[in-house]
Amino acid sequence: MFGYYLALALRSLKRSKVLTALMILAIGLGIGASMTMITVLHVMSGDPLPGRSAQLFVPRLDALPLERSKTSKDSAPNGNLTWPDAMNLLRAHQADRQAAMVAGSAPIRPAQGSLRPFFQPGHYVTADFFPMFGAPFRAGSGWTAQDDEQRARVVVLNAELNRKLFGDTPGIGRTVRLKNTDFRVIGVLDDWYPQPTFYAQVNDRSFGKTDQFFLPLQTALDLKFDFSGNFMCWGNGSSGRTSDHCTWLQFWVQLDNPAKAQSYRQFLGDYWREQQTHGRFPRPADAQLYGLMDWLTRQQVIPSDLRLQLWLALGFLGVCMVNIVGLLLAKFLRRSGEVSVRRALGAQRRDIFLQFGIESAVIGLAGGVLGLAIAELGLWSVRQRPDGYAQLAQMDAAMLLGTFALAVCASVLAGLLPAWRACHIAPALQLKTQ
Amino acid sequence: MSLRPLISSLTRHKLTVLLLVLQVSLTCAIVCNVVFMIANRTAQMRQSSGLVEDELVTIESIGLDENENSLARHAADLAALRNIPGVTAVAAIDALPFNGNDWSNGIATAPNVDTDLTATAYDGTPGELATLGLHLVEGRDFLPDEYLPMDSAHDWAGINRVPVTIITRALAERLFPRQSALGKEIYPGDNPVRIVGVVDHLLRPHLREAASNDYSTLFPMLPDSNDVTYVLRTAPQERERVLKQMADALNRLDGNRVLRQAQTFSQLRADFFRRNRTMIGLLLAAAAGLLFVTALGIAGLASFWVQQRRRSIGIRRALGATRNDVLHYFQTENFLIVSGGIVLGMLLAYALNMVLMTHYELPQLPFLYLPIGAVLLWLLGQGAVLGPALRAAAVPPVMATRAD
Repeated sequence: MFGYYLALALRSLKRSKVLTALMILAIGLGIGASMTMITVLHVMSGDPLPGRSAQLFVPRLDALPLERSKTSKDSAPNGNLTWPDAMNLLRAHQADRQAAMVAGSAPIRPAQGSLRPFFQPGHYVTADFFPMFGAPFRAGSGWTAQDDEQRARVVVLNAELNRKLFGDTPGIGRTVRLKNTDFRVIGVLDDWYPQPTFYAQVNDRSFGKTDQFFLPLQTALDLKFDFSGNFMCWGNGSSGRTSDHCTWLQFWVQLDNPAKAQSYRQFLGDYWREQQTHGRFPRPADAQLYGLMDWLTRQQVIPSDLRLQLWLALGFLGVCMVNIVGLLLAKFLRRSGEVSVRRALGAQRRDIFLQFGIESAVIGLAGGVLGLAIAELGLWSVRQRPDGYAQLAQMDAAMLLGTFALAVCASVLAGLLPAWRACHIAPALQLKTQ
Repeated sequence: MSLRPLISSLTRHKLTVLLLVLQVSLTCAIVCNVVFMIANRTAQMRQSSGLVEDELVTIESIGLDENENSLARHAADLAALRNIPGVTAVAAIDALPFNGNDWSNGIATAPNVDTDLTATAYDGTPGELATLGLHLVEGRDFLPDEYLPMDSAHDWAGINRVPVTIITRALAERLFPRQSALGKEIYPGDNPVRIVGVVDHLLRPHLREAASNDYSTLFPMLPDSNDVTYVLRTAPQERERVLKQMADALNRLDGNRVLRQAQTFSQLRADFFRRNRTMIGLLLAAAAGLLFVTALGIAGLASFWVQQRRRSIGIRRALGATRNDVLHYFQTENFLIVSGGIVLGMLLAYALNMVLMTHYELPQLPFLYLPIGAVLLWLLGQGAVLGPALRAAAVPPVMATRAD
């Protein structure tokens, strides 16, 4: 019976070729646009550190004076800490691991005369950074907390910069001149670019290849390296990097189980109240601890333009669906006579339903194939964008299946109502009127 | 023509008509908002920076010698750049509209007051106003003896010593509504700074909420870190040549530096708005796609109905209806359906706009968009139905005698 209905469906579709083609085009465009954006958002909202992200947290302390409104964009708390607070949390050792960090960029001055000095983005971090985030080393390792205290002049390179400076062999033990200081290479990372660069301030460069080198934070501060990112001060007095009224450092902690997270929350609240006795943190104690994925969502790591594009694509698919429902309904009802005859000859409602259901599914399947092609085209166009997330825009197996599922679901859903209406056509009644 | 038979015929296709109305209304709602978003972004991209944009070329120079005297370095560089043929003015500055390098200070009008109002500090060498082509609407430019170094080595402490400032009109109006800002004092740092001039526009290095985009202050402070941006003013057609020559001129003087961002100001602006342009392209495509699909739906349904009603059309023709009567019948039918869609669509458009206002910082949809959207959809509907309607009009009266 299935084969017969399929043949009937194809014959019916052939009878109005242009309309069938346009229906397939409409559903293909809707599916293609939606799948492009769903794929882009899917790859962008992925877990940057699978297996570890559940143990990573951002503490948030708000040292702003009372009169600053929280709603203003300029002074909205962004999770950055002041230098004294970051150092206090670091030395308190209340978490399994903890690290303070900030982004920066420095001129690299290659020893070879042929290469001109060039700027590279990097990160200034404390010792726990590498083990806490499980950064994979190709050779060597990170530094110790003692190195941090002693302002050691050591550097960890990412593979790309290592390749540029030393070729394919890791340059462990060799010297790199950054800005005006020589650093000893103690580790080389294995092309480590978590997507997004979750540990940095969330901005429009959160995706793509970023940090090429990592230095001890205290060393960089001592040597007056240039830091980048939001640096916000309030009140009067010196607004230096170490002042207690300028926020600019990111801080991450590793807490291995919920009980530890709970007690760390407690610790943060106690810290806030303790600072209040020193005349700081004028706001009522409201220390927060955000999990990694929660933090990324709150910081809106996915640009709002992309979310808007997704809604636009889904809206378009919605209109396409309504369009297909209307067209199929008109088409099926036009064949009332044929249905009446079949019903009079003994076909049951579910036979009619199946027949028209198959016809809609054929359109859906064809639309799905077309949608897949359009989605690939759409993803290709996304990859041409110069944004950091562009290279992530690839369709994986799950998305491929998803596209088909969406296409078939959409068209079967679209065919459901018309087919249901058609199978309620009374037998023979239609014949009488003609 | 009486509408009653038309409406009674439509009620026999309730579900189909309802679907078409729904489709038209969704299209109306989305297209109205999409067009509004396009208009918004276009307006954003057209914002005046206050600069003579098509006459400017910029380059960033980062000295690598830590011990050099930055002030002397910049002076020598400026002299070399000024000697490039065709360059009419040069200045060393620390920030530019669209370059994202934003040093904002809280601006209070009394000492020791914490404020939410921030403004970008633009600092540069003498001649900055003339080079950027800023339009002074009140007051004067800085005097030579008012300049002092920024003191970037000590957390830009120059801001606490600088005597005078020039601010934008937007900031002046925000700080001192309905009075002249000239001679008034503001507190960007610890000490009072007197306003000596007001410029028409000077956009901030990156954009925020519309109202505060033009909150800028100019200070007579000389950039004195090793990272500085040079701006050269020249005739628009000379820009490419100057662009090629300036890196050489600087490297000849001292090669121990990194040069970057050598570009015309037009490129800087284009890069800044690149995402906006992509978005406008996508919005246009979405609007076009929606209108196309809706036109397709209208035309498709109309042609089904024409085929279905061939016999009744034949009967009407046989009973004396002219071709025009038949044509008008289908046109009126379409007009009614689209009108229904538009009424529902207007409500949906406003609902959608509310959602966008809360999530995407979009302003309220102006009323004007609704009649324009309505006319557009009526035209679209009439255009889409014309083909099937003409086919209907061509049905000969003899069809009345034939079975389908």
